[in-house]
Amino acid sequence: MTTVDDRPSAEIGNRRLRKEDQRLITGRTKWTDNITLPGMVHLAMVRSPFAHARITSIDTSAAKEAANVIAVYTAADFPDGMGACANAWPITPEQVTPDHLPMVGERVACAGEIVAVVVARTAAQARDAAELVDVDYDVLPAVLDGLEAMKDEVLAHPDKGTNKSAFWKLDSAEAGTGGNVEEAIAAAREDGIVIKREYRQQRLIPAFMEPRSTVVDPTGEQVTMWTATQIPHILRFLIAATTGMPESKIRVIAPDVGGGFGGKLQTTPEEFITLAVARRLGKPAKYTETRSESLVSAHHGRDQYQKLTLSATKDGTVTGLKVELVANLGAYVAIVGGGVPVLGAWMFNAIYKFPAYQFNCQTVLTNTAWVDAYRGAGRPEATFGIERIMDELAAEVGVDPLAIREKNWIKHEEFPFTSVAGMTYDSGNYEAATARAKELFGYDELRAEQAARRESGDPVQLGIGVSTFTEMCGLAPSRVLGSLSYGAGGWESASIRMLPTGKVEVITGTSPHGQGHETAWSQIVADRLGVPFEDVEVLHGDTQVAYKGLDTYGSRSLVVGGEAVVRAADKVIEKAKAFAAHLLEANADDLEFSGGRFGVKGTDQGIGITDIALATFASHNYPEGLEPGIDADATFDPDDFSFPHGTHLCAMEVDTETGQTRMRKYVCVDDIGNVINPLIVEGQVHGGLVQGIAQALWEEAVYDENGTLVTGSFVDYTLPTAADTISFVTENTTSPSTTNTLGTKGVGEAGTIASTPAVVNSIVDALRPLGIHDIVMPCTPERVWKAIQSAGSHDGETTTEAQPHFDEAAPNNADPGSTGEGNAQ
Amino acid sequence: MIPAAFDYAAPETVADALAALADSDDAKVLAGGQSLLPILRMRLNAPEKIVDLGKIAELRGIREDGDAIVIGAMTAYADILTDPLVAEHAALLKAAIETVADPQIRHRGTIGGALVHADPAGDVGAPVLALDAELVIAGPGGERTVAAADFFEDLFTTAVGEDELLTAIRIPKHTGWGAAYEKFVRVAHQWSIVAVAATVRMDGDAIAEARVGLTNMGSTPLRATATEAALAGSAGTAQGIAHACGLAAEGTSPPSDLNGDADYRRHLAGVLTRRAVLSAVGR
Repeated sequence: MTTVDDRPSAEIGNRRLRKEDQRLITGRTKWTDNITLPGMVHLAMVRSPFAHARITSIDTSAAKEAANVIAVYTAADFPDGMGACANAWPITPEQVTPDHLPMVGERVACAGEIVAVVVARTAAQARDAAELVDVDYDVLPAVLDGLEAMKDEVLAHPDKGTNKSAFWKLDSAEAGTGGNVEEAIAAAREDGIVIKREYRQQRLIPAFMEPRSTVVDPTGEQVTMWTATQIPHILRFLIAATTGMPESKIRVIAPDVGGGFGGKLQTTPEEFITLAVARRLGKPAKYTETRSESLVSAHHGRDQYQKLTLSATKDGTVTGLKVELVANLGAYVAIVGGGVPVLGAWMFNAIYKFPAYQFNCQTVLTNTAWVDAYRGAGRPEATFGIERIMDELAAEVGVDPLAIREKNWIKHEEFPFTSVAGMTYDSGNYEAATARAKELFGYDELRAEQAARRESGDPVQLGIGVSTFTEMCGLAPSRVLGSLSYGAGGWESASIRMLPTGKVEVITGTSPHGQGHETAWSQIVADRLGVPFEDVEVLHGDTQVAYKGLDTYGSRSLVVGGEAVVRAADKVIEKAKAFAAHLLEANADDLEFSGGRFGVKGTDQGIGITDIALATFASHNYPEGLEPGIDADATFDPDDFSFPHGTHLCAMEVDTETGQTRMRKYVCVDDIGNVINPLIVEGQVHGGLVQGIAQALWEEAVYDENGTLVTGSFVDYTLPTAADTISFVTENTTSPSTTNTLGTKGVGEAGTIASTPAVVNSIVDALRPLGIHDIVMPCTPERVWKAIQSAGSHDGETTTEAQPHFDEAAPNNADPGSTGEGNAQ
Repeated sequence: MIPAAFDYAAPETVADALAALADSDDAKVLAGGQSLLPILRMRLNAPEKIVDLGKIAELRGIREDGDAIVIGAMTAYADILTDPLVAEHAALLKAAIETVADPQIRHRGTIGGALVHADPAGDVGAPVLALDAELVIAGPGGERTVAAADFFEDLFTTAVGEDELLTAIRIPKHTGWGAAYEKFVRVAHQWSIVAVAATVRMDGDAIAEARVGLTNMGSTPLRATATEAALAGSAGTAQGIAHACGLAAEGTSPPSDLNGDADYRRHLAGVLTRRAVLSAVGR
């Protein structure tokens, strides 16, 4: 038995290298595509090249005759269907929700939709034969853009009669959480400041590293599906719910999964089709997508038009915020597609004390890939809008962007604080994070350099961008989800098995896909039970092993799933205590548990918890009336969200001759509560920052006017690499969360949420003296240069075609805060 | 990402490679594969036959030949980067190749493969053109030599016929010439949005001769002839260079795409040419 004496005094807070990294990095592990089963067949999908078309005929005869082809199926071959890609969160009872079937037979509603599947002995033969499937289409008019869809001139689904899916509203006056926003705006028009801005959240592609892959084994009593998913438990439930298969006959395994970023928070057509084909043929079947297929047909993210109206007094004290969103859902309302923009309802008000607030969200259907969660999911969009417009307010008042924030943010002594959107922020200290960030950044020095460059007319100008973000994470209190008509709860489950050899198995209902749960959960349990880190094994992602869980997304795993682990561990200790008392012939009240050992107070007598595990295995001697065993399960349902926050500062050099931007310095100080493993946190923050910076500078999914994805490969979808980033300075301040025992908040999405507005603010800050107050994302050198050109040609007026103007009737200019006129583009 | 089926030949001599090409109406030559393999895997092309030059030793290597250096068509970028002859006599080529993609690609990709692929956004065309290189082409009728100015015919089209092979690049020595390659991209691994290859021979503070090649300013690599003429024999003042380089985009017809429209590229060509020339003259 391993001794416990040489363990570190505390695992929590240790920079442990990740247990899982060797196998993940070398690929010598169970990625779904690495799985090969006896007699396995391979699938290739036939996808529509058109965004919107009626299928007039499908001829599969040539494909069926190709070498080693076993079958070719169309939707007609499955008259009882193959299940359905469900929408789990109808945001209103009236929501227009087109049926989303895995394979369509009559009409395709977006490019990449599957119309046939070829099954062959090898993947190459399946791919070859897929080229031989001859599909005739009548091309229909397609609607691609969210604002175009609002007009209802071209319909994404003509049978629905409208593109408008749902309208969702939160009004602080109606909800009783604040005042009337229209009155606040009217008052500010009389004697204050009203700023109106329109921002574009471009469409992004999650672009996880491991393409999606599914293997189904229909042999045996249970059908087993291995799939590259974030949500094995939810998938199992939805397979049962939509195919009629008994849930008990389905086992879903998410083996090692290579990234998700929300992009694998979905039940996909490919999963349902692979399942249907395997069951039809009685043979194991595999489908692995190509990168090209992934970019076209895995769900996309973001894609919002935002209209913001902010009112304030003349000194810059905010009085109201009105938000109007148009969110493009793509062709179908995906699993939480409608809900993602609605998550912004509680986040646009951010860390500021708005007395009045209104959030309006209209979701629309278009003939594009469906849109759903992408790292941050609704919160980056909101944070971008508010952090951009707070900079506009600062400029209007003529003060530093940090000063306008400080004037309006919640002071640290005001926590817990109930926001105008009705959320109770449990803890935070914006002053502390900001002060530390300024110090690390050299804020005053960089401001001085900026002034000097402006003074000298340096062709390379310097901009400083600020983002003081918060987010709600730890999805989610089940009762809150119930009140929003969400189709599931937000609890999480954990089990701990105390093995007789002293090893410990921790079973979690969360489903890691790169986060490092195996390491972090081991650290938590090592401390809690007083066992060595190495002796803890974390099991996950298999509905037969972790039979209960709600998976991984929304920065929930640690704050919800980690708390479940803590509670299971505490139950183990509680159970073990009775055995310890019995074996030590002591009164349980006289025992104290520390360092993995129950000791009798005031004596040197004691027994280790792993010795108790062995004793209960043998069960030769245990208390009357107790079951032999100290294993325990726990389910944790949080009472509230947790609210990480942070101050991000970005210094950007802008080459006014070319429009090129070059990041000089990036500092972030995040308050994510207590930290289990600082190394994992740094990794999450670094990766998150790059993803957020990428939205600001590099990434956009672009369709041409026919609905063909132009950014269909990484040649055009310009994903950054390490060569494009600088060394970030990341630190933490700590205000422990009060909503879980560990005091943790979420960190998985923080960097992504915060960095996008910091970067855009930095570019705008560099160019603001030219009269520029926005650049559309991604801020390409061309867009920056054109903004500079048109600003120059209008002698400082803000007439730049790079600035967004979505509605010709309502140009994108501030009301009294206007510095120029908009021109539509 | 599985290519369609194809026949495969891996000859060990140029003669055998030419015979393999003559044998098919629809053959593609595989050099380093950094462009061809993605094209095959995405099924943008499905040739009947692939003739792989990887085993032909005579196509690799760099040697001196009188007043020129000769680079075998199958020489990898990485080998060119470390070669002392290239550094001494064709600094411009080295400067351009340093910017190509990433280390993996520079170890697999070959200069000949890139030249024959003739993507106008590729980085070797402009320096080869600016250095007045000659391209040695082998075919059924024997060997011929084509000046770089006549080599690039159109988008993805060169003087190399279906039954021919590019075997070597012969670059006149530009010993002592200053050189710079200014590449403009949004992310590091991207194809050039615009790039400028400039090399100059100085005579004291004055510019005796200048050669300027443009990447992705038309369907082929181009020479900025107006700029070259204005620079040649000029005093090399900052003002003079700025004026000359402002002419760089004359006569070009750059593409418009997600990275920028034609006007923006013309503007970039001017700025980048000035920066490249200033760098080449050592300022």
